[in-house]
Amino acid sequence: MKVLLRNPRREIEITGARTVRSLLAELELPRESHLVIRNGELVPGDTRLEATDTIEIRPVISGGC
Amino acid sequence: MAKCRVCRGPAVIDLPRHNANFCAEHLQQLCRRQVAQAIKDHHMLEPTDRVLVAVSGGKDSLAVWDVLRDLGYQADGLYLGLGIGEYSDDSGAYARDFAERRGLYLRTIDLRRDYGYDVPTAASATHRVPCSACGLSKRHLFDEAARDGGYDAVATGHNLDDEAAVLFGNALRWEVDFLARQSPCLPAGDGFPRKVKPLVRLTERETAAWCITRGIDYQVEECPMAAGNRHLQYKATLNRLEEISPGTKAAFYLGFLERMAPLLEGHSTADIEGLRACARCGSPTTTEVCAFCRLVNVAAAHEPVAAEIIARRQR
Repeated sequence: MKVLLRNPRREIEITGARTVRSLLAELELPRESHLVIRNGELVPGDTRLEATDTIEIRPVISGGC
Repeated sequence: MAKCRVCRGPAVIDLPRHNANFCAEHLQQLCRRQVAQAIKDHHMLEPTDRVLVAVSGGKDSLAVWDVLRDLGYQADGLYLGLGIGEYSDDSGAYARDFAERRGLYLRTIDLRRDYGYDVPTAASATHRVPCSACGLSKRHLFDEAARDGGYDAVATGHNLDDEAAVLFGNALRWEVDFLARQSPCLPAGDGFPRKVKPLVRLTERETAAWCITRGIDYQVEECPMAAGNRHLQYKATLNRLEEISPGTKAAFYLGFLERMAPLLEGHSTADIEGLRACARCGSPTTTEVCAFCRLVNVAAAHEPVAAEIIARRQR
């Protein structure tokens, strides 16, 4: 599957299906500071992502003081 | 498949601190209720108030503007062009697009066009971190615009993560004065408008989810000036605690407001005595010329500095 990462914006390819939670753990991205969007729709942690999906992992932390 | 706690339909988000999953509709219902409760608990707004929203083009400021309008408040926006290269160009475009699509009034102030400087140049001219010049400019210009426009309050998009991180930093150094003033609603007085933070009961993950499920496009990229700052490190630390024990951030911050803040009342030593009008702009200040006018004086005389140069210095 194609996975779009942000800050900085870049794209990676992940092989094989897995859950949202597994994908975040594999990339060492904390769940509390990210949301996962599959084919344009927000999805929760137990969602199974397929190899054909387009995924965006969006960080939600802003640095403004 | 995760199901919404309310309707048992397919969920779009899991919120461990609520030990529940929600569909888009009921996530938005939760957000509206949390904002309404914050407004009520802290006496932030009256139904007829005119509100000026400080808009950056990021998720929090667009979310607070959207929720306030959704709850029936009369809210206009003010966007401040900070001159941080492509980041500011994109942020302004998101803010304008949001306003245009909804037929909302958005005023724009551009630091370079209207005051002769930008944030990277101000950082270089004052030899201070860019967040310092940025914060000073925002506070002054939002206050001034609220006064000039006859608004009852300025609303900002500060969320639970922002406030918990500030509280964490102040508690680590026992900054009693800052702790005593850390309130989600600062009343109007001495020429300053009321300032409210309606999102303080929502995490950043929840405000981002609000935007995504409401179809709001926003600036996702991080401000290049803020990379690696202490505030972000506090947030990361608190989020590690939140992963281990969901609800920690809310218990920390909301518990502070409920149980600690009342004990600190009257402990602020903020110098509000001797306030007078700035000799240049008329804003309330304790010095002859206010800090903003002094910043403009120094920064506008400085050769423009590219954002990339200051960003590299920050890393």
